[in-house]
Amino acid sequence: MILEELANAIGVSGDEGDVRAIVLDAVREHVDDFKVDTMGNVLAFKRGTGRNRLRVMLAAHMDEVGLMVVGYNGDGFLQVRTVGGIDPRLLPGALLLVGPERIPGVIGIKPIHLLEPDERDKAPKIENLVVDVGAKSKDEAKKLAPPGTYIAFATRFRDLGPTVSGKAFDDRAGCAVLVELLRGERFRFDLHAAFTVQEEVGLRGARVAAYTIEPDCAFALEGTIADDIPKEKESSPTTALGQGPAITVMDHSFIADRRLLQLLTDTAQELGIPYQFKQPGIGGTDAGAIHLARAGVPSATVAVPCRYIHSPVALMSLNDFNHTVELMRESLSRLTRRTLK
Amino acid sequence: MRDLISKLTGAFGPSGAEEQIRQVIRAKVEPLADEIRVDPLGSLIAHKQGNGEGKRILLDAHMDEIGVMVSYVDEKGFARLTRIGGVFPLYCVGGRVAFANGTVGVIGLEGKRKDPNKAPKLEELYLDVGATSRDDCPIGVGDQAMFVRPFAVQGTRLISKAMDDRVGCAVLIETLRRLKSTPHDVYFVFAVQEEVGLRGARTSAYGIDPDLAIAVDVTTTGDTPESRPMAVELGQGPAIKVKDSGMLAHPAVRDLMVQQAKKAKIPYQLEVLERGTTDAAAMQLVRAGVPAGCLSIPCRYVHSPSEMVDERDVENSVRLLLEVVQAA
Repeated sequence: MILEELANAIGVSGDEGDVRAIVLDAVREHVDDFKVDTMGNVLAFKRGTGRNRLRVMLAAHMDEVGLMVVGYNGDGFLQVRTVGGIDPRLLPGALLLVGPERIPGVIGIKPIHLLEPDERDKAPKIENLVVDVGAKSKDEAKKLAPPGTYIAFATRFRDLGPTVSGKAFDDRAGCAVLVELLRGERFRFDLHAAFTVQEEVGLRGARVAAYTIEPDCAFALEGTIADDIPKEKESSPTTALGQGPAITVMDHSFIADRRLLQLLTDTAQELGIPYQFKQPGIGGTDAGAIHLARAGVPSATVAVPCRYIHSPVALMSLNDFNHTVELMRESLSRLTRRTLK
Repeated sequence: MRDLISKLTGAFGPSGAEEQIRQVIRAKVEPLADEIRVDPLGSLIAHKQGNGEGKRILLDAHMDEIGVMVSYVDEKGFARLTRIGGVFPLYCVGGRVAFANGTVGVIGLEGKRKDPNKAPKLEELYLDVGATSRDDCPIGVGDQAMFVRPFAVQGTRLISKAMDDRVGCAVLIETLRRLKSTPHDVYFVFAVQEEVGLRGARTSAYGIDPDLAIAVDVTTTGDTPESRPMAVELGQGPAIKVKDSGMLAHPAVRDLMVQQAKKAKIPYQLEVLERGTTDAAAMQLVRAGVPAGCLSIPCRYVHSPSEMVDERDVENSVRLLLEVVQAA
């Protein structure tokens, strides 16, 4: 399964090479042309069958959150900082892979026996956490992992039955959806697929990709927050597992184009594909950068709900994944110039 | 212009849902412009053609307004909200909102608050549209609403919701109406999504590629009791922007406005705004850069449902903008 292969690959923002290689292998046979741009985005082109064809951009980001080595302390431990948004409370005990050699490492913390009572109530800060790669001295640590070395979570993909678990579903889920769409039949419009870099550090790859592609409209494909877990007060789950693809109306980065929203919801209702609206006002995606490219690009975001994103392990439903592919394929097959009138 | 301002401020158009206000403006500018178009993000552009030897001038006012979006509907049919633009929860309590489909809702405040003396947070507010359950609730997640409050006139003061920036739209429409002939190609841009990050003006300016861009928007004042210090007053004339937190006005554009105000004996004020910015900030940085400035209409209670301007300032803004376009 392409999702498994993609999720197991390592590609912290700025170091997406391994993921890019998998993507290129997966889509090469199914596109008319492709290139890797200066930032490292994969831009793949699949010609449409219609006349007077729209240019439609589909984007999914290849990068994932992780850590980077910034220093050492005397005993040979690595000092690190986050690349992208990671809650440091999730880090103690995490299994890691350090650098291109994938050296195993762990983030240690004092055993519970030694913790003072007030220490137990405090959240650790990234400044106080160190990565242990078994080095015995500062010099040895520096040799194993020079400053700037990337560190990724070591979690492997697992099939849990109706759900799957693994790291980096944000956004390898979106990448896998995009691969599935490229493998399918041609659409009427010209499909410009962008597997982007550096989303987690500020939507950077998508910005230049959209400038190059200059699309008539765009869809960002994502793995998004599902927080359908017990809470103190009834508010909203951002999204819920098993309820179908999550469609964004508005988040911090953009407001979805209402014509594209209509296309998605009409298609879903007509075909009985389950869907949900992501709770408005939360998060941001590549659509935030894409919709502001050049003279503007009507955009929408569709995502597979994932619990525990930006952590060492996330959980998602394969039904949601398959419904996301189906909703996108069916919606896109109905997309015409008239949709954007 | 009172009727025009009343009509524009009353129309529905929170950021991202500008279809209704765009229709209202379109009906006004269609007979006046040489060409009308809607750009990819939804901004309305009315083009007044020049003689082919002039500049490309972009005049901008944003047509969106702040508002709220439904983020959740509970079992009993009460909705929770998220903000569209800079919404102050303090101004919301007891207020009313209206949806595109006409549904009206009252904003309530949770009774059990941890600290009743603190200003409320948006999370502590809810919307009551008279529903009794999730199933009979006429609105759903993702629906946008505007604040409602009747338009009022007190002497020369005009009071309404959405003066920000429908009064700027009124100034543009009136300028277009009075602009008989000009050597310049003038693009009147009624931009979308200003309140959520100057988005529409940025992409519209890219599309138009102007030689000069001027935003017309409201600015706050320092003339109310115990207000933050600011040398702008209601009724003392349009404010020519020098600086705000997002831009330094291009000195040539600023000086052009000052010179024309002096020449035509139009009262004006110079504006330094500490917090806030306008579409001019986004337009200035488009492509290789655009000389940009901002003509501000002094406004009290900005981002409340009762924004107040002085109609003499509005009229003088039109006069000044006309002089500036002729002299550019």
